[in-house]
Amino acid sequence: MRHASTCRPLILSLRGTALGALLAAAGMAHAQTIKIGLPVPLTGPYGAEAKDQVRNAELAVKEFNDAGGLAERKAELLVRDDKLNPGEAATRTLELIEKDHANFIVGGLSAATQLSINNVTKLRKVVYVSISQSDVINETSDASPYTFHEALNPHMTTQAVGRHVFKKGMRIAFLTADYAYGQEMTRGFTRVARELGAEVVGEVKHPLGQQDYSTFLPRLQAMKPDVLIFNNFGNDNRIAIKQAGEFGMKKKMRFVTPILTYTARVAGGASTYEGVIGGTQYFWGIEDKTPSAKAFNTAFKAANENRHPSDYGAMAYSAVKSLLLAVKSAGATDSDKVAAALSALKYDAYKGVQYYRGCDHQSVQSVLIIESTAKETKDPADVFKVLSVVPADEKLLRSCGELGFKG
Amino acid sequence: MELTFDLVALQLFTGLALGAIYVLLAVGLSLIFGMLTVVNFAHGAFFMVGAYVGLFAAEKTGSFWLALVIAPMVVAAFGMACERWLIRPLYGRGIDYPLLLTFGLSYMLVEGVRIVWGKSGLPFDTPELLQGATNLGFADFPTYRLFVIAVVAVLLFVLWLLIERTSFGLIVRAGARDPVIVRVLGVDVSRVWLLVFGVGTGIAALAGVLSAPLQGVSPEMGTSVLTVAFVVTVVGGMGSLMGAVVAGLLVGVVESMAVLIFPEAAKVSMFVIMAAVLLIRPQGLFGRAGLMA
Repeated sequence: MRHASTCRPLILSLRGTALGALLAAAGMAHAQTIKIGLPVPLTGPYGAEAKDQVRNAELAVKEFNDAGGLAERKAELLVRDDKLNPGEAATRTLELIEKDHANFIVGGLSAATQLSINNVTKLRKVVYVSISQSDVINETSDASPYTFHEALNPHMTTQAVGRHVFKKGMRIAFLTADYAYGQEMTRGFTRVARELGAEVVGEVKHPLGQQDYSTFLPRLQAMKPDVLIFNNFGNDNRIAIKQAGEFGMKKKMRFVTPILTYTARVAGGASTYEGVIGGTQYFWGIEDKTPSAKAFNTAFKAANENRHPSDYGAMAYSAVKSLLLAVKSAGATDSDKVAAALSALKYDAYKGVQYYRGCDHQSVQSVLIIESTAKETKDPADVFKVLSVVPADEKLLRSCGELGFKG
Repeated sequence: MELTFDLVALQLFTGLALGAIYVLLAVGLSLIFGMLTVVNFAHGAFFMVGAYVGLFAAEKTGSFWLALVIAPMVVAAFGMACERWLIRPLYGRGIDYPLLLTFGLSYMLVEGVRIVWGKSGLPFDTPELLQGATNLGFADFPTYRLFVIAVVAVLLFVLWLLIERTSFGLIVRAGARDPVIVRVLGVDVSRVWLLVFGVGTGIAALAGVLSAPLQGVSPEMGTSVLTVAFVVTVVGGMGSLMGAVVAGLLVGVVESMAVLIFPEAAKVSMFVIMAAVLLIRPQGLFGRAGLMA
């Protein structure tokens, strides 16, 4: 009896250590790579942008690995197709975290998918760097210690563009896509117009995916605005601007759109976008004056058959870059340490110094004001001229207090 | 907002012009349904393929006018191949078989175009001759839209001649009423149906090329076309040319005038019309009763 009772704990503890060692070994194998999940809409209307985001994220991962990784631990990108569908995005994100053991999530290419990804990462306490425009993600309802926002948001975009375009006494009209993106843009522009003494003379809303805007245009013309702002995106933006131009409206008023994207410009053609002014977070043309842009463009072109990085694509680079910089400075991959390192980070990935603001983790960064050039140029990527670079400044953002953050 | 005469006149005219485009979108669908009782869910995809073939032809030949002829012919030939080898085996099996087949076909065509021409849209410039706006007295109106109205008018006249005034049209109409008797009389009905399907898809492609300068081309451009074409076809009466014309113009004008009064409701207005017509006259304004039975 005595003999047996002393022996059993020994056997148990032996088995315990063997199992423990085995588990630890398995855990080590997992710990070897730093996994970054990237849910983006590879299929669907934003497929081209999504593909470019993948290329950019890959470049950031490659640079991290080439520099030795984190004490020999390499980073790996897990790309998933969210099909631009919030439900799909949530499912893919959950799979990335639960099944593939992703350490971090970067991605989302619409406000809706971004918010649904954030819902998952918030609950699982996984660091998420979002890369599409949204105002809501900065608000207390959706903010979390693990949520970071690398993209511009509608508010800061409209403040920068509005300040450049609006003058006292100007008449401003909106053609707005009736969903979060459009409504947030209208709200931002209206605010900056009021501050500068410009008058908002009216707004016409249209449903998403409209293909004929002719019926909306007579009303907009009758408002006699000096500036017509197209608060819509992608195909909607391209078709609306084209048709308004054909009604002869471009001669009577200035066309402005909050975000002037490279893909929309290429799809719309030079004549459609000629003279249209908008904002963007990146255009490769700033490389003459910005050393980090030059370095980034060169590296990207070398890796991608001389292709220039696009605006939305470059954001994925900057997001992954900042994340991996934080991983390196934290010396670890657990969420709390990396989140703290991200908050403390000052980084210059591709367009000058940026940092994540303390309360809402919005990346404080410059906004570029660009104008579409008149003719097709020799270099097909040379489509915009940079009118001004609005420097990084928290004044472009809504204050922490306004967003509902305390103290 | 002040409702001036100029504004109302321009809004009304814009609605008529939009209605003409709607007619164009619906005619091909209506024709195929009326004659073959095939509900062609790939109509929007044929429209989109037509626009892309038009773009390709315009780039290769350098002429919009040639593209306007080539694209419908290419797509019509493709449509006939689809009828011959995909749809024909399904005749006599109930209306849902070809419906499901064409539904699947539309997905394949959209993906196919994405593979060949890429996922993002491409520009399609208005032909130089038709660029700019024409002064109508009360406002400027895009010259190209006036051209589209003219093309629609010519197309409808030609179709009317073909169906009402030729022996081919006589067979088509007889075949639609009672294919068995026509066959007994020694007419090869399947050949007629093949041609009708070709004409229907060819018109879809023509609509695609004509729409390309209005909105550029993109793989998704056919999606909403199908909705509009269906509403117009149902309101006008399945298979009625006259119905498609009246319903197309009606939907366009109502949508346009709704923008003046209550813009948020503009897009819904066509479905309100459809619901009302279906309640009062289920076969549509000019439709024959019992075609779906």
